[in-house]
Amino acid sequence: MTEKPKVGVYVCHCGINISSTVDVDAVAEFAQKLPDVKVARTYSYMCSDPGQVLIKKDIEEEGLNRIVVASCSPRMHEPTFRKAIAEAGVNPYFLEMANIREQCSWVHEEIEEGTAKAKKLVSASIAKVRLLEALETKEVEAEPAALVIGAGIAGIQAALDIADAGFQVYLVEKTPSVGGRMAQLDKTFPTLDCSACILTPKMVDAANHPNIELLSYSEVEEVNGFIGNFDVRVRKKARYVDFDKCTGCGDCASECRVKDRIPSEFDQGMGKRSAIYLPFPQAVPAKYTIDAGHCLYLTRGKCGKTPKCQEVCGAGAINFEQEDEFVEFKVGAVIVATGFDPFDASRKPEYGYDDYPNVITGMEMERLVSASGPTGGKIKIFNGEEEIEPKEVALIKCVGSRDSSVGNEYCSRVCCMYVAKQAHLIRDKLPDANIRIYYMDVRAFGKGFEEFYDRVRRENVRYIRGNPSEIFKRGNKLVVKAEDTLNSRPLEDEVDLVVLGVGLEPRADMRGVMDLLRLSQSPDRFFLEAHPKLRPVDTATDGVFLAGCAQGPKDIPDTVAQAKAAAASAMIPLARGKVTINAQVAVVNEATCRGCAYCVNICPYTAIEMVTVNRFGNEVEVARVNEALCKGCGSCSAACLSDSIQPKSFRDSQILPQIAALGVMR
Amino acid sequence: MLMSSEIQTFTEKYDLLGCIQCGRCTGGCPVTVRANLNVRQFVNDAYDEDKLEELARLAEIWDCTACHTCAVRCPKGLKPLEVLIGLRTMIVESGKVEPTVRDALQSVLLEGNPWEKSRATRLDWMEDLDVKIADPDEPVENLFFVCCTIAYDPRVRAIARNMVELLNKAGVDYAFLPEDESCCGSEVFTLGEEGLFEMQVEDSTEFLNEYQAGRIVTLSPHCFTTYKTHYPDLKSPVIHYTQLLVELLNNGKLTWKGELPKKIVYHDPCYLGKQGNIYDEPRELLKSIPGVELLEFERRRERSLCCEGGGGKMWVESESKKERLSETRIKDARALGADVVAVACPFCVLTLEDSMKGLGLEEEMRVVEIMELLGELMEK
Repeated sequence: MTEKPKVGVYVCHCGINISSTVDVDAVAEFAQKLPDVKVARTYSYMCSDPGQVLIKKDIEEEGLNRIVVASCSPRMHEPTFRKAIAEAGVNPYFLEMANIREQCSWVHEEIEEGTAKAKKLVSASIAKVRLLEALETKEVEAEPAALVIGAGIAGIQAALDIADAGFQVYLVEKTPSVGGRMAQLDKTFPTLDCSACILTPKMVDAANHPNIELLSYSEVEEVNGFIGNFDVRVRKKARYVDFDKCTGCGDCASECRVKDRIPSEFDQGMGKRSAIYLPFPQAVPAKYTIDAGHCLYLTRGKCGKTPKCQEVCGAGAINFEQEDEFVEFKVGAVIVATGFDPFDASRKPEYGYDDYPNVITGMEMERLVSASGPTGGKIKIFNGEEEIEPKEVALIKCVGSRDSSVGNEYCSRVCCMYVAKQAHLIRDKLPDANIRIYYMDVRAFGKGFEEFYDRVRRENVRYIRGNPSEIFKRGNKLVVKAEDTLNSRPLEDEVDLVVLGVGLEPRADMRGVMDLLRLSQSPDRFFLEAHPKLRPVDTATDGVFLAGCAQGPKDIPDTVAQAKAAAASAMIPLARGKVTINAQVAVVNEATCRGCAYCVNICPYTAIEMVTVNRFGNEVEVARVNEALCKGCGSCSAACLSDSIQPKSFRDSQILPQIAALGVMR
Repeated sequence: MLMSSEIQTFTEKYDLLGCIQCGRCTGGCPVTVRANLNVRQFVNDAYDEDKLEELARLAEIWDCTACHTCAVRCPKGLKPLEVLIGLRTMIVESGKVEPTVRDALQSVLLEGNPWEKSRATRLDWMEDLDVKIADPDEPVENLFFVCCTIAYDPRVRAIARNMVELLNKAGVDYAFLPEDESCCGSEVFTLGEEGLFEMQVEDSTEFLNEYQAGRIVTLSPHCFTTYKTHYPDLKSPVIHYTQLLVELLNNGKLTWKGELPKKIVYHDPCYLGKQGNIYDEPRELLKSIPGVELLEFERRRERSLCCEGGGGKMWVESESKKERLSETRIKDARALGADVVAVACPFCVLTLEDSMKGLGLEEEMRVVEIMELLGELMEK
């Protein structure tokens, strides 16, 4: 394009956001005198419809072909103005935004300073806009399938929604069964629905859905590619049980030589299982798995004369020769629903969790009150050798949450209510028990939560305002050392059972998923969303979405809502069948590229590869950019020794004049 | 943003607005069982600047033992005890302190120790011993700082004396500081003499930095923690002697003669455990002694009970007539059937032994500092 630049400059008041510390008229007047500037105007809100119309009208009437909008950060409104000028027939990449709000009016107090800086920023944008090149956006095909990592309630819900919409879903679960943490819960607050009753049908649906391929006991090993075109490789771990032959009868587990010797993960170690096991009765798939770390045959090479399981399995499903398998497939979008870890109560040694069996966590309490739990739902504890029903019960909130001494400053959002719910369940089973909840605040923010809190208090559950500091044993009682802050009285409260309302933490193994999908963490260490308010389920990696507690602590209603949101977002490229790729990508000058591959190593998006080209009869290696993967970050350009790789719209020839116009280069 | 030129208000200095009144500080405070002290209430009330003088006059601000449990447990990173220290500062600055406190502080200023002893006699504990004295021109791996209490109090002097013999025998590269060494200021800080403490930090940093030390080895947990937390400009890292001894033990450089068929219970000093995060080393040393059966208190490690020796309590008597925590501790040890209560802190030795004698258990029980015990078992 050799057309002479005709620049229009539009200075926004942004109400008083800009105009209170920048003399916008003076800026426009100044801009008007700069080379190639045809029109310079101000307007109260450039992003508004009339503001956009103003630009379009000028393009039409004045023949403008380059636009500078001096307003806010391009993050929000660059797409708005690109769209506007494209509608008026100007290439959308002939736009520059001068940020005179965040980087100018908001940081200055004196109007003289603000105005002087705004003038510089505008002149820099004008200098650059004149040198921009027209760019075309491209589209590529999108694979109409999704990968969902994690099959707790979040992953199950997201998978079901996408599958119901008619797309293929690969649902990958690390453990032998789907269900996640929700499967371990007894009742759910505030409605007291039985967790298993409402979850089990969804687990079964997920497994049987014609559009869902459930890969349980499997882990995602590799994800390459980009939105619309991810190549995925999954390891299906060996169960040592033939999936197709196993009928789930359980004969193997009841005959296993280490039966009832291995702590059950599902029962938080309070119940025991065999080496060949189904994690819990409603597990899906209802297929047995041999725990290779505990199986006598697999650890020692010997289990009696023949392994018992092999002996009793009528279906002949036991196969010690089984090996891990790999499956590969292509998807257009990925949903991360990897969940959370409960806070490890050992990290608050002052509560004596490691020392006292009658100091238990909230997750352990769930199993203890559950009819399918290790005690069949009876709240029984051991007092020395004697089995008793606890009479004095204390529940403690905020264990590992809102606590900088363990590095968790955030609120876990579920403990207030699950502790109230457990108090209710305890009251139900132990009508004569004295139940108290130690709290520092009660956050009953959700639908029906405050009402539930009211109900539980009236069931004679004492709320004592004080966060306990210490637990120790005196005789056969546990002493909770606290202060009742409402009457300023220090207490040594003697109880039989303490339930620690542990919070939620990011999963210890999240690093693997972060690396696979190039995700980041927010300051609370959970996965970082693209925008905390407006893009809460998106991530910085296009085509990768978050659902459930992987993104931050949530209750079940919020988890399900977010899973549905993530599913809806993931379906956008799937439904469209194609994705638009960024036009401002790096491009290699193959004539000067020396093939050092520095850019290949430095690229954070693995967007650059080396290719062999023929240069004047010689085979040489040069870098080539995969435009679908490139984000235009410019790291490659900074590393390149021969200035051969440059991002479009950010070429040296474009940004050096821009910098020069700021008057900071000597 | 706070500019350095502005004077901080009491509220800003102690981050009172960061407090959420959760009560973990008072809940964990060991002295609440015998004294009328509610540290959370002070954090709450001190927000009212007009009330500060009134608060400072309350006797219970002197009941705090500076065990730091409140600070260690605070979920918002506040140090509630320092609010009490700030109130003490107001009293100290007004000059209306107990004569014992005044004399101790004056002694630190004039003689470099709180025990009203002459600086000239600081090294008397070395009598008849072959001690290597540090020289600023000679690099040394382990530079020893002897606590004032250990240097002057004959009851705990053996800690330093036995250490010298042990180091000589094990062939350790060490040196002790000459008599110019001054108090670390642990108790000056907790008594609230802020100005004097700042001066000590400045002077002692300069003094210690003159030496080319691989590390500074402290004998008292009070010196250990004070150097680590209040001396940001020290060149050399600071360790507690039990850390060095465990190194020697692991290198096979420590051997004991005979057996000690005793039941020993170890008491975690607050300044070493809760504040210094050293729990295992003292236990490893005790377990290395043949014949020893190591017992554990119910309230141990992070949940250890304070002996009330810190926080300037050596110079301020509590008004409470209720059972001292050191007595509770001795009774607990007795109930466990312990022959020996071992500690790794000179203050704990003094308070616990006092209570042990007060309870008339001298015949049945011993309170010892670990170094005393090791001295008896060393092959000489």
